[in-house]
Amino acid sequence: MSKNPNITFSRRAFMRTTGLAGGGMLIGFNLFQACKPQVKPPIDLSQLDYNDFNAFIKIADNGAVTIFSPNPEIGQGVKTAMPMIIAEELDVAWKDVYVAQGILDTENYTRQVAGGSQSIRFGWDALRQTGATARQMLINAAAARWGVEATDCTVSEGVITNTNTNETLGYGEVVNEAAQLEIPEEVTLKSPKQYKIIGTEQRNVDIDGIITGKPLYGLDYKEDGMVYAAVARPPAFGQKLVSYDDTEAKAMPGVIDVVRFGEKVHEMAAENPRLSGMMGESEKVAVIAETTWQALKAKETLRLEWEDGTLESTEDHDTILTDLLDGKEFRTMRSDGDVDKAFAKADKVLERTYESPFLPHNCMEPMNFFANVTAEKIHMVGPIQTPAGTANMAAGILGRTPEEVHLEMTRMGGGFGRRLYGDFALEAVEISDKIKKPVKVVFSRDDDMNDGIYRMAIKYRIKAGIKDGKVIAYHLKEAAVNSNMYGLIPHFFPAGAIENYKVDVASYNSNITTGAWRAPYTNFLAYAEQSFFDELAELMEVDRVQLRLDLLKKVDAEADENIQYSPERMIAVIHKAVELSDWGNQPGNVYQGFVNYYCHNTHVAEVANVEIEDGEAVVKKVTCVVDCGIVINPLGALNQIEGGVVDGVGHSMYGELNFENGKPTATNFDRYRLIRMKEAPKVEVYLMKNEYSPTGLGEPTLPPAGGAIANALKAATGNRLYKQPFIKSPELLKPKQQEIIG
Amino acid sequence: MPTYQLKVNGTTSSVDVSADTPLLWVLRDHLDLVGTKYSCGIGICGACNVHVDGIAMRSCVLTLEQVQGKSITTIEGLSENGDHPVQKAWKEVDVPQCGYCQAGQIMTASAFLEENPNPTEEDIKNAMHGNICRCAAYNRIYRAVEKAAENMG
Repeated sequence: MSKNPNITFSRRAFMRTTGLAGGGMLIGFNLFQACKPQVKPPIDLSQLDYNDFNAFIKIADNGAVTIFSPNPEIGQGVKTAMPMIIAEELDVAWKDVYVAQGILDTENYTRQVAGGSQSIRFGWDALRQTGATARQMLINAAAARWGVEATDCTVSEGVITNTNTNETLGYGEVVNEAAQLEIPEEVTLKSPKQYKIIGTEQRNVDIDGIITGKPLYGLDYKEDGMVYAAVARPPAFGQKLVSYDDTEAKAMPGVIDVVRFGEKVHEMAAENPRLSGMMGESEKVAVIAETTWQALKAKETLRLEWEDGTLESTEDHDTILTDLLDGKEFRTMRSDGDVDKAFAKADKVLERTYESPFLPHNCMEPMNFFANVTAEKIHMVGPIQTPAGTANMAAGILGRTPEEVHLEMTRMGGGFGRRLYGDFALEAVEISDKIKKPVKVVFSRDDDMNDGIYRMAIKYRIKAGIKDGKVIAYHLKEAAVNSNMYGLIPHFFPAGAIENYKVDVASYNSNITTGAWRAPYTNFLAYAEQSFFDELAELMEVDRVQLRLDLLKKVDAEADENIQYSPERMIAVIHKAVELSDWGNQPGNVYQGFVNYYCHNTHVAEVANVEIEDGEAVVKKVTCVVDCGIVINPLGALNQIEGGVVDGVGHSMYGELNFENGKPTATNFDRYRLIRMKEAPKVEVYLMKNEYSPTGLGEPTLPPAGGAIANALKAATGNRLYKQPFIKSPELLKPKQQEIIG
Repeated sequence: MPTYQLKVNGTTSSVDVSADTPLLWVLRDHLDLVGTKYSCGIGICGACNVHVDGIAMRSCVLTLEQVQGKSITTIEGLSENGDHPVQKAWKEVDVPQCGYCQAGQIMTASAFLEENPNPTEEDIKNAMHGNICRCAAYNRIYRAVEKAAENMG
C-alpha cells in the first residue's frame, strides 16, 4: 500500500468562523496551514484575522453557498475539483454552489501553489475536514434550536432533519446561530460509499466564461489609467546591457516613457542565488505606451548595445554532457549493493545513452503581469502558480513588507511550470515603481520563447547486468544542465527491484535559465528507462511486460521508506492496460509499445499503437490506465489524462530548442513545432476504482507517453530511438528496408 | 493617425490608430473585446481567429485597411447567450483545460461547419489543424466539432 504523507491537523490554527453583517456565515480556512507536512502553530493565534485565510465557505442566510477556491488554476481543474471536495462534506447540492477564485492576502503560507500535481493530494484531508466542520456546526445550531442532540439530526443537500419529529431546517435558516458556535473538536467524515458529488462528472466551473470570451486571463485584465510595457531583453544568454538609444522609440505614437530596470531584482539576487537563476544576468529596457501594440512596435526601434559574456551553443552542451557521463564526478542519489562487483560477474551487460534538448514551456498565453506600486500598497494581478512566493519577492525588491502586497490571481492560459517563476511579475513591479503608474508587462511570443526558464537538456546513461536470466545490476547516470533530479525520483521503479542499484547525477552550470517543466526530470527519464527495459527484455529474450511484472514482484515497499510506489497497484495497472489495449493481439499493421510508470504519487500504464501509413510510422492510439486513488471529478480527470498523453507524444516527437552563441534558434511557432490536431493520437483512458486517497493528474500521464511511442515505433520500424525529438531522425521513423530475397 | 470605421458584432465603431495596427489589438485594447486572444502574433496558432464576412481569419495579421466595410464577428458576438451550437457542444464535451485557445478554436469550428455541415473525420481534422492547443485537448476538440455538426444537421 502506498504510504501517506505525514499530514497533521491543528483545526484551530486553520479555521475560523464569523457571522456576516448582512446575515450568514463565513468559514475561513487556511488550506496550506492545514496541510503542511509538519504544522507549526501560527505565531500568535489571537492575532489571526481573515486576511490570514486563503479560502472561505460563505453561507448566506438564504442558503446560497459560495466557495472561494484557494489554488491557482492553470487548466488542471483544481478550481472545480477542490470545491467539490468541500461541497461533498458540507453536504450541499453541487448545482447550488458558486465557485470563485480565492485571492492571496498573505505571504505566510507555503502551499498556495499549482505545481507537482500536489494540490488535490495535500488538500484532500483539509478540504474534507473544513466542509465537515461547517456541516457539523450547522447541525449543532439546528439541534440547539430544536432542543435535541445533534445525533438526532440528519442532513442531506443543505436540509437538516430532526429525526424525532421530521421537522426540517435549511442551512440558511440556522446559519446565523451556527456562526456563533465553537468550532467542534471532532467531526466525522463521510465514507466513500456515501459520496454524492465526489466521483461525479462536473464541468469546468469557468466553462461559460471561456466559451463566450469573458475576461478571465491575466492578459485580459485592465484598469483605469493602466499603461502597457514591452521589454527589450538580451537576444542571447550571456549578454548584458551596456547602453541604449531610445530617440526613435520616444517619437513613436503612444509612447509614454522608456526606462532601464532590473537593478533592484539583481540586488536582491546577489543575496539569493535562486533568484539570479530565475532573472538572468542583464538589466533590461521597458518601453511604456498607451496600448500593447504601440509598446511592442516601439520596442523594435530601440538601439541596444550588449556586451558578450560566455555564449553557449547546443554543440557545447552536447559535448559537456557526454563528458560528464564519461567522467567520474557524480553525486550518488541512491546506492544498493555494489553495482561494480555485480557488473563484473554479469553474463551480459547492456548500456545505452539517451539524449534530450532544452524545451520552452510555450504557454498559449504569453507571460504578463499587472502591477500598481503606490505609497499605500503593491497591487498585483495576473497569472502566477506561486502567488505567496512572488508577493514576498515583490515586497523584497522594493524594501516593503509582504503585508503591503495585494495579489490577485487570474485564470492562466497554461502553466506547465513556467508560471512557478515570478520573473515577469517582478518586472511589472519594478517598472511600476519606476514610472509611478499602473502597468501591465506583456511578453511578445519571441520574449516568451527566448527569455524562458526552460526544461534543461539532459542525458541519461543506463547500464544493466544480467546473470542467469536475471537483472542483477542497474546503474542510472544523469548529466544535466544546471540541476539534477531531486526528491524521491532516484527511488522510483526499478529502485527496490534490483539488488545492486545505483543512481548517480552530475550537472553543468550554464547561464541559460532553466527550471521546472511539466513533470520535471521524469518527463524525459520515463522514456529513457522504459525504452531501456524494452531493449533489456529483447536481450534477455523474455516477454517485455513479464520482465516488468517480475521486477515488481521483487519489491518490498514496506522495507524502504523511500519507495513510495506500490508494486501491487502498479501490477494491477499493468494487467488492466494489457487487457484494454488487447496487447499482443493486434492485426499485422498495428505495432504496440508498452510502458508502466510511477511519478507524482500516481501509477500509470500506457500502450501506444503505431501503424505504417505511406511508408511512415504514425502514432494512432494510446491506451492509458491510471490509478490516482479516489477520482474527484472523472470528467476533469479524463481531460487531464488525454491532454497529458498527447502533450507527452507531441514533445517527444517534435519539441526542441537549440542555441547558437547563446541565442535560441526558434523564436515563434513558425520554427517551433507543437503537436496539432492531425498528429494527435486517440487516447483511451481507464481509471482504476479503489478507495485510496486521491493523487494529482496534472503531470503523471505525460512522462510515460514518450516511452510508449518509442517502443511502438521500434516495433513498427525496427529502429530504436535514443534522441528526442524523434522527428530529428526522420529516417528512423520509416521501417528498415527488408532484404529482398532472390 | 487615420480613422477607421469598424463593424464588429453588428456595431460600427470609429477608431484612430496607426495604419499598421493589427485588428487583434484594436479589438483587445480599443474595443475591450478581449475574448480574441494574442498568442503568436504571426498568424500561426489560430488563437486570435475571428470571422470576417463569415470566414475564419487570423486577426493578428489583419490590418484595418483589409477589413474595411466587412462584417467582423468575435467570440463575444458569436451568439446572444453563448448558445451557438458549437459553444453548446464545447460545453457539453467540457473541452477546455486552460481554455486560452478555445475562442479561436470555436471561431474556426463555427465558420467551418457553416461551410461544411456534414464533415467527415478527415474534414474536421483538416479544418482544426491550424489551431494549436498547448494543453493538447485535441481529442475533445474533435468530439465537440463532431457533436456540433450532429446538432446543427
